Amino acid sequence: MKQVDIIIVGGGPAGLSAAIAAKEAGCDSILILERDGELGGILNQCIHNGFGLHTFHEELTGPEYADRYIERARALSIDYRLNTMVMDISPERVVTAMNRSDGMFSIQAKAIILAMGCRERPRGALNIPGYRPAGIFSAGTAQRLVNIEGYMPGRQVVILGSGDIGLIMARRMTLEGATVKLVAELMPYSGGLKRNIVQCLDDFDIPLRLSHTVVNIEGKERVEAVTIAAVGADRKPIPGTEERYTCDTLLLSCGLIPENELSKSAGVSLSGVTGGPLVNEHFETDVKGIFACGNVLHVHDLVDYVSEEAQHAGQAAARYVQGELDATGAVVALRAQGGVRYTVPSTLCVDRMDDTLTVRFRVGDVYRDSYVSVYLDDRRISHRKKRIMAPGEMEQIVLKKAELAQMPSLRTVTVCIEKE
Amino acid sequence: MEKRELTCIGCPMGCMVTVELDGSKVRSVSGYTCPRGKTYAIKEVTSPTRIVTSTVRVVGGTRTRVACKTASDIPKGKIDEIMAEINAARVSAPVKIGDILIADVASTGVAVVATANVGKG
Repeated sequence: MKQVDIIIVGGGPAGLSAAIAAKEAGCDSILILERDGELGGILNQCIHNGFGLHTFHEELTGPEYADRYIERARALSIDYRLNTMVMDISPERVVTAMNRSDGMFSIQAKAIILAMGCRERPRGALNIPGYRPAGIFSAGTAQRLVNIEGYMPGRQVVILGSGDIGLIMARRMTLEGATVKLVAELMPYSGGLKRNIVQCLDDFDIPLRLSHTVVNIEGKERVEAVTIAAVGADRKPIPGTEERYTCDTLLLSCGLIPENELSKSAGVSLSGVTGGPLVNEHFETDVKGIFACGNVLHVHDLVDYVSEEAQHAGQAAARYVQGELDATGAVVALRAQGGVRYTVPSTLCVDRMDDTLTVRFRVGDVYRDSYVSVYLDDRRISHRKKRIMAPGEMEQIVLKKAELAQMPSLRTVTVCIEKE
Repeated sequence: MEKRELTCIGCPMGCMVTVELDGSKVRSVSGYTCPRGKTYAIKEVTSPTRIVTSTVRVVGGTRTRVACKTASDIPKGKIDEIMAEINAARVSAPVKIGDILIADVASTGVAVVATANVGKG
């Protein structure tokens, strides 16, 4: 069987950044397996700008951001295979993949980095009543059709869900001549960035109806109309509030789900909250030698953070291959409480951690004038006021090794939101 | 006196900022909670600008579309005109990131440049 030091599953922003970091950390035997026909992942269809403010201190479009990493990977002669679908990963780190030229093949890896990204929540997972005609697309599918294939999915559009892709597509479809009638959002707040609500909806007078959902789809061949209704605090439609909108297209932007079928086959434990692998401070899963980063780990709103986390994962995988990432020392649990839905990572080892560790998390509701607190066991070490926190924007805290090392019997680090 | 209400995009707070205008002169700005809000509101009512991103049709390429953007901010009121020119444009493959696709779009003095690579097909 062919042997490779590090196999990276996925050639999007996470996979590219991880590969570059691993190579620069001295690992020469790296292979990226990418199922699409080119590197860059979903960035290739994200032609809007706003990427890279943290990483490059300038506003790039998605393809430009991807290209910076693709060029770097090429300059470092990192090996990759396109149009290649990974079928299985075993707990012993045997990767089975297939493509048209090589057929089915298996490679033994010393380390694997999972960077498969995420997928959109489909209609089937949303329980929308009504017919199942043509004209219902996930927002990302519509984005690919418009931006890459050059096809318009429709002319009269209703969008369900105010995730960023839905907002971006409201503007994109409008610029290409479609009429976007409204964006309906089930929750009382938008899951998208403020900037996108203003520049994608307000700029074009597209109404955003919060606490509304689609309760019926009409049309046997093609979508003819959808009915929306207000929902109560229980998120159930309120009878009598129905409004019918004629349209030929319904776009769905109702959340992203980390794509972890391969992680499961490798025996990796997943978080019930994020749907992504549980990882330690070096982005290593509970299966030795298997690391995870990017949207397969937890869904990000900024690619800059994906690149940064993936860089860490790539460096860690290289150290693992070089035998420098020994599992010694006690494991400390990171606990998400009081409004914090999850943390990444979910465990850490003080001995192994770098001088600082960035812990990222999301809150479950909109919090104003509240505090992000960090407890080492029962002792509060940080209490930082935030004027606003929202589920749509990822938050972070930074842990210092020197501070944690002062407590040799430390068992739990708790991150929580406190009113005062 | 004209009153304009807008949502600041500086951070997730999304402060509602009210600007009072006398013709094109800003008389007062209220509702903002940090300096970014004031700056944003004044710019937004006096000379709002945007980057326009879209795609241009490619002839003889591995793909039929190449992503593009205006090389810098353009006046918001010019968006429709710019889109019309972008939709009328054609480019022959190969196209490289940074290639100028339209030199001076809608008489703005701003170029439309490619933001993706498309090889010869």
